[in-house]
Parts: sequence; structure tokens; C-alpha cells
Amino acid sequence: MVSEEEVLHIATLADIGIGTGELPPFTRDFNAILDYFAVLDRVPAGEGWKSGIANVLREDEVTPSLPREEVLALSEAEDGYIRAPRVM
Amino acid sequence: MARGETAGDPLNAFITLAEIPPRGPGRLSGITVAVKDNISTRGVETTCGSRILSGYVPPYDAHVVDLIRNEGALIPGKTNMDEFGMGSSTENSGFGPARNPRDPERVTGGSSGGSAAAVASGMARMALGSDTGGSIRCPAAFCGIVGLKPTYGRVSRYGLVAYANSLEQIGPMAANVSDCSLLMEVISRYDPRDSTMKDRPYLPRLNGDIKGMRIGIPAEFFGKGVDPAVTDRVRKAIGVLEGLGAVSVECAMPSMEYALAAYYVTCTSEASSNLARFDGVRYGPSPDIRKPWHEAFQEMRMQHFGPEVRRRILIGTFALSAGYYGKYYGKAQVARQHVREDYARLFRDVDLLAGPTMPTVAWKIGAKSDPLSMYLADILTVPANLAGVPAVSVPCGSVEGLPVGLQLTGRPFEDEQVMNAAFAYEQAVKA
Amino acid sequence: MTAIRGQAQPAAGLKASGTESDTVIIGLEVHCQLNTESKLFCGCSTDYRNDPPNTHVCPTCLGLPGSLPSMNRRAVEYALRVAKALNCQVAEEAEFARKNYFYPDLPKGFQITMYNLPLAEGGYLDIEGEEGEKRVRITRIHLEEDPGRLVHMGTPDRPRYTLVDYNRSGIPLIEIVTEPDLRSPKEARRLLNGLRTTLEYLGVFDGDREGSLRVDANISIPGSERVEVKNISSYKGVEKALTYEMTRQRNVIRRGQKVERETRHFVEARGVTTSARSKEQEHDYRYFTEPDLRPLQVRGWVEGIVLPELPAARRDRFMAQYGISPDHARTLCGELRLAEFFEEMAPCGNPPLAATWVADTLQGELNYREMEIGKVPPAHFRELLDLLQRRELTDKAAVEVLRQMLDQCVAGETVETPAQIMEKNTLGKTAGDAFTPVVREVIAECGDAVRDYRAGKGEALNFLVGQVMKRTRGRADPKELTRILKEELARGGT
Ligand SMILES: [Zn+2]
Repeated sequence: MVSEEEVLHIATLADIGIGTGELPPFTRDFNAILDYFAVLDRVPAGEGWKSGIANVLREDEVTPSLPREEVLALSEAEDGYIRAPRVM
Repeated sequence: MARGETAGDPLNAFITLAEIPPRGPGRLSGITVAVKDNISTRGVETTCGSRILSGYVPPYDAHVVDLIRNEGALIPGKTNMDEFGMGSSTENSGFGPARNPRDPERVTGGSSGGSAAAVASGMARMALGSDTGGSIRCPAAFCGIVGLKPTYGRVSRYGLVAYANSLEQIGPMAANVSDCSLLMEVISRYDPRDSTMKDRPYLPRLNGDIKGMRIGIPAEFFGKGVDPAVTDRVRKAIGVLEGLGAVSVECAMPSMEYALAAYYVTCTSEASSNLARFDGVRYGPSPDIRKPWHEAFQEMRMQHFGPEVRRRILIGTFALSAGYYGKYYGKAQVARQHVREDYARLFRDVDLLAGPTMPTVAWKIGAKSDPLSMYLADILTVPANLAGVPAVSVPCGSVEGLPVGLQLTGRPFEDEQVMNAAFAYEQAVKA
Repeated sequence: MTAIRGQAQPAAGLKASGTESDTVIIGLEVHCQLNTESKLFCGCSTDYRNDPPNTHVCPTCLGLPGSLPSMNRRAVEYALRVAKALNCQVAEEAEFARKNYFYPDLPKGFQITMYNLPLAEGGYLDIEGEEGEKRVRITRIHLEEDPGRLVHMGTPDRPRYTLVDYNRSGIPLIEIVTEPDLRSPKEARRLLNGLRTTLEYLGVFDGDREGSLRVDANISIPGSERVEVKNISSYKGVEKALTYEMTRQRNVIRRGQKVERETRHFVEARGVTTSARSKEQEHDYRYFTEPDLRPLQVRGWVEGIVLPELPAARRDRFMAQYGISPDHARTLCGELRLAEFFEEMAPCGNPPLAATWVADTLQGELNYREMEIGKVPPAHFRELLDLLQRRELTDKAAVEVLRQMLDQCVAGETVETPAQIMEKNTLGKTAGDAFTPVVREVIAECGDAVRDYRAGKGEALNFLVGQVMKRTRGRADPKELTRILKEELARGGT
């Protein structure tokens, strides 16, 4: 069983806001899903999945970047920079 | 909420109706191809069915969009979907549910529900969908059309907004196998920008000859939870294939026991990482610039992501977190390898596997309220994604007026064979 | 930026320098930008430094929905060169992983780096340690993408918001992690210099580019927990930051308090480290294999890599081939371009002279002007050495010529040849007698010194020689001058 506190912790880790009213239903669904995942305990031991393909590389060649106006038009820009909330 | 309903789109099949013109004459000239809204279209809003991307107008085209426009296709708009592909009904769209053309009170299936509805209702002749765990085949089955999930690595994902990178493929949807095959032929051109792609273009081979083909019938595809009426339709369809000279072989796929859990652990884990980029800084609705970073970020994700998306981000974050990685994510990758080995073993004996696409027919909108019961509906489609093998859903009659899909699965890079068997069936029942 | 880090304990069998009480244990994580043409996972140009923000971005390095990474072959090759030069074992299989954390400089909400399966492990680099030659073990080497660049608006007390430039986003970085084998801030700096030189010799790195190097250091002293100092971005900064941190930890212990295990930031401008403690959640990076990329199986490539002559080998060769001192050889080889410049000068016929003038004089003058050696016209400098060699210039006059030459370089003017400068300023070595009028002038003006000299104070003569040298701008040979001065003083003028 995962507690509401743990769900809250995961929500913080995931940076996903969670309202207090939402916590009980989220925790309930979360536990139901984890109960279902318990079937994985019955998976026979073995190697993890691998694609089997390696060394897919491109040559070091410059290709055109996006026009700056198109980049800045997507967001809140200031002097050519893109604005974000403070991190300090 | 439902943008489409006001614009001559009663099924809410489209999130954005916008004619994107062709770029040249080609094999798709004069053909309309609707594009799922998680496929990037330059100059036309691409929302993934999410409020967090409303207003996002990409500055670039997905590889498949380039390809279909160059072949002359006209794109009538961007189709409705479960938010980021997270759902099996298209009810989880941030822009209202899509409605099933056969019965508007029922779901289209998902997540490519808008694409299926657009094709089934004749609003588009073909459509592009994407399939992470059944998202092309499920709505194809529910709406009575053909949908192919190609072999992993056969269609470029460049421009497909990622939900679960290691599982998903873009694929074709159409009213019949020939159209579906033509669209697949166009979109399978190699693209070096997708490192997981192989240069193995699809070359259609629709001759309807399946004589001597060995078709495996895994018992698990007809087990608990599968509606007997659906089983009955599918058994009859297999009978048709036998009538065409195919040989059916009963077989078992033991990894089905944990395939669904492995699938959900994998897709939610990848999604929790993929969806971290939606912070509103570079595109999409902007966060509150006056607040500190984490606060602004959390607030905006809470506001703009729907509940199912947040639930899956939570599960995926948990499955990857310290102390749980081995129990969940690590284990799921082992399970995945077992699924792959099951297919490899079966395909040494048979050429195709046949079974139902979905355990039931389309349900009523709002009927499945708890998330787990919705997840369980994917049980028959996810194994193909876990193993990367091709699988098609082709209509095989109906139950109480609602379409049923026959799912045919083949060896990796034998999409042609899968499509040819679907074609053989389709032609046989048409005649 | 790796989670796997060296243990902050002295490696078994390693002799710690100094007494137990002042043993400091340091390990470094060094990030260097590789000088490829295009970014690590997209085709955007890496040549962004003189361009406005957000002009070198595309869907991939901007993290636009639906974009995909594709791996730059040259970046892998460069990293392998480094691995080979640092004597590392290249992994049979390496793979990229996602390191998940949220920050506005990270356009995807994760950084593509390497975690469980790094490119190479277990190498070493020899440096000049506190007690002679020292082998510093390399834990691992891996590739990763650089985040964007943040500009913080507002003041530290009243932060307002952040501005982001994604031009740097996706530049290939190589991360080199050392074992905690370093025993002083000076050793840390030497290791860093050694890495820089090695990477420059390999042609994969340009240490002069602003922001091309970033270092995180783990440091602990006995009785303290390990502290990670982040954000060091210069060679001098490493020594400064670690010296500061060492002192800080000692003071904390002296006051009877505990040095807590924490992350601190180096504030270059103030030369201090500050605690990065904040309300941010503890880190759980949730690493997993990057599903959009395939693994690397490149061990077989290593054999085909032909390494150029590396710093240590070149140092030995310089001593043997040119007969220059170990100190000069070390200085010259400590910087690729300096070594190459010297080799261009060496055929002048007197390599030790060239070594002195390149390693000591020229270096000093360049440092003073913050000028790069690349800007010095080699033909001009060779001419200067020729003039010195032929004794047409005194050392002092040669320095003057050199200064004028460099000043012209800095000003961006046409650089005159040493002969022209010499001519224009009449700096050529002149027979001492031509200076007799100046000598007389000095004797006339410096009555005090003359009296002192006559009173038997020998050092007064030096003062007078200095005065004449000054007025003749070093053109005269000091020995010659002394002779004339003595003669003139003996003549008994005022
Ligand atoms: Zn780019």
C-alpha cells in the first residue's frame, strides 16, 4: 500500500501539482494500479529488453537552424531571450 | 470544449479543421488524409488533445506529413485523440470526446479516435494515427475500419509527439485494406532523423493468396474478459481464412499474463519523462512569470494536464524512482523480453497470429469510470507494441450493430504479409 | 553531473602528503565542450559565441514536441580519442540515458547523458604533484549534452525572472571524472591544466572559448563530510574555490561544528563558496535508457585511433632535441599553441634562446595584454630572435620592440617588423661612446648620487647606470655604459 504522503512525495518529484481534494482518489487509483502491477513479481528472471541494434550515427554536418522569429513567436520573448520564472 | 461540433463536425472527430494543401502531384493526389493531432504540422496548431499545447503552432512538419503532402494528399485537419494518446476511448481529450459514427452515444475507441471517426464517417478517405498500445487498432475496430500498427522502426517518428518512444509507431487508417496499404507505402520512406528507424520501405503485395499460410490462434486471446459474441465473430473470420486455404494452429502465449502490466509500467515511465518538457517556457500557454520556478511549473501542469495524464505521470515517476526501479521498470523490461521471445517462438511455427483486436465492442461514453478497467481493455493490443511486431485490425462483422475487429499479427518487417492476409479476408467477405 | 562518483576516501596504497591533520581529499568532475561543427544530437552549428541568443536552435535542441535526437559521429570519435589518451578502457557497450530534472535551461525536462554504461572507465593522467610525479586515476568518461544558458533578472535579494538562451543547448560535453586522488588545490589545478593540454593536443577542445570548461569538485578534510563545489568555470577558479573551501571547512571544525555533506556553489566574482541549500526537493534523477537512441559498440574503433604526440612526450622530445631546460619544456608544452609556436622559432639556430624568449618573455607580455599567442606574427618574432642572436639588439631593447609589436597587434594595426620598429625608435644597439652626452647630462643632474659615489658608495653607480639606460631606452650595453660612466666621473665634472 502506498500512503497519501508517498503519493504527495511522488507528485513533488514529478512536479505535478496535486490538490488536497484530489489526494484520496489519486491514492486509491494509484494503489489499484500498483496491485495490478504486482503480477510482475511472477515474471521469470531474465535479461531486459534490448533492440540489438547499435552505432546509429550521423555525420558531423551543420544543417540550418530555425529562423529566430519563428522560435521567439512561440513564447514570451525579451531581447531575443525566452522568459521563464525565476530559479534563484 | 468540443471545438469541432460547431464547425460541421458533429462527431468531434477534429480538434482543428484546417486545409493543409498538397505540395505536389503523386500517389495521394485528390485524396484527403486526416492527421492525428499528435503529429507535428508546420503552421497548424498541434495540441495532442491537451490544453497544455493549445495555441502551439509548430514551426516544422513531421516526416510523415512531408511525405503525404509531397505525394499530393490534402490534409483536412487534425484529429481528436486522448490527451497525449493516454486512453482507449478518446474520452480523455482536452477538447471533448469524439463520437462513434455507428452510434454517437458510444466511444470511438482510442487514442486515435478522431482519425477513425473521420474515416468511418467519410470526412476523410484516409487518416494517420499512432499506436502505442493499440491506439490505431482499437478505434479501427470500434469504428469498423482498417488500421495498421507497423513494425517498430518502419515509419519515422520524427514529428510524432512522444508518449512512449520505445513502443509507438505512426500508422495508416482507411476504410479498406488497399487504401491502408497505399498510405503505408507512402509513409514508410526512410528518415535518418529517427535513429530507431530502419531503411525497409513497405512494398505492397496485395494478391489475396494465403493458401498454405499457417495461422496461430493463441488461447489467451480468447480467454477471460473477452466478450463471447466478439469471440464468435472472430472465430468465424478465422474460418473464412481457413476457407481460403490457410491452416489454423492452436497455440499459447504465456507472457500475456503480465504483458499488460509490463506495458503500463513502460509507457507511464517513458511518458513521465517525455511530458516534462511541457513547462510553457518555449511554447504553449505561459507559466506565471512572477512565481518561483517549481511553483509556477506545478501550477501550470496541474491546470493544463487532464487527470489521466497526471495519473500516468505519477505512476511513471514512481516506477522509475529510487528503490522502485528494479521492481517496476526493470522488471517490465524483462517481461517485455519474454513477450518478444514468445512471439519469436510462435513465429517459427506459424506465419501469422489471429485473434480479436478488442475484448468488447465500443462502450457507451462515460461507462468506464475507473482507470484500471480502461487499461484492461488494451490487453489484446499491447503485446504487439511490446515486441515491435506489425498488427492490423480489419473489420469482421458486428455485434448488435457495433463493429468487431479481427487482429492479425506478423513477424517483424512482414507488414506486407499481414496486410495481404487482411486483404484476402476483406475480399472474401465482400464477395 | 553524474550520480556515480568517486569515494571521498584516499585510495588504498596512496601516500597522502603532509600530516594527517591537513590532508585534503579532492576529486574532480570536469566538463569540456568538444569542438565539433554541429551539436551532439542535431545539426545546429556550435559556433554560437558571437551570435545573438536563440539563433542556433532547431526543434531538437529546443525540445519541441515530436523532435528526435540523432547522434553526432565525430563527438563519439573525439570522446574515444580522449579515452585512449587517458589510458581508459572503452566499454563494450555504452548507452545514453535520461537524467530527469526540471530546470528552464533543460528544454526537454531531462538531460541526455550516460549513466550505467559510460563510454570508458579506469584510466589515469600523470601530473606534477606536491611530491613529484603523480598518477591521478580517471574513474570514467562519458558524453552528454550541454544545457542552455540562463540570465537571472533582478537582484539576488529580489529575483524577478529568468531569461534563457538555448544556443548552448545540445553542445557536446565530455565529462571526465577523477578518483579522489588529489591532495591539494594546486594539484587540482595541475590536473585540470593537464587535461586541458591533453584535450587540446588531441584537437577536440578549445580551452580559450568562454565557458568551454566547467568543473565540479568533491572535497573533504579529515573530520568533515564530503562537500561538492559546483559551478567552477576557470582554471584559476578551481584552485581558488578549493582553497577557500578547505579553509572554510577547517574553520568550521575549529569552532567545534560539523561540516555537513552538501552542495555549494562557487561564486567566482567574490572567490567564495555559498551553500546551495534550498527548498528544492532532494534529487532522484530517475535515470533510464534513452529510447530514441541506440547504444554504442565502439571498442573496436579505438585501435584505429592514431594519437598525436601528447604533452609528456613532446616535453621529453623538446629537451632532447633542442637542449632546453625541463622548466622551459614544461611551460612550452603546457599549451599546445605555445609549443607549436616554439617549434616554429626553434630553427633560429639557438633553441635555448628561443625557449627563454617564448616561454618567459613572450608569455609574460601576452598575459599582461590578455592576448592569445595565435595573434603573434611568427615571422616577426623570428626576426626579433635573429636580431638578438646577431647582438644587434640588447635584451632590453628587444623587449621594447616586442612590446610595440604586441601593442600594434592588440590595436589591430599593421604590425611593423622588428627592424622597422628598431629603426623608427633608434633602438639599435649603439656603441657606448655615442651616449657620452647623455652620461654627462646625468652626472650634471644627479649631484647627490655623484657625491655618494665619490664618497665610496658603490651602489650609487648602479643608480646612475639606470638613469642613463632609461634615457637611452635600453639601447646601450650596460657594461659599456658603466665603463663610460666611470671614466666621466673620474674626469671630475660636477
Ligand atoms: Zn538544434
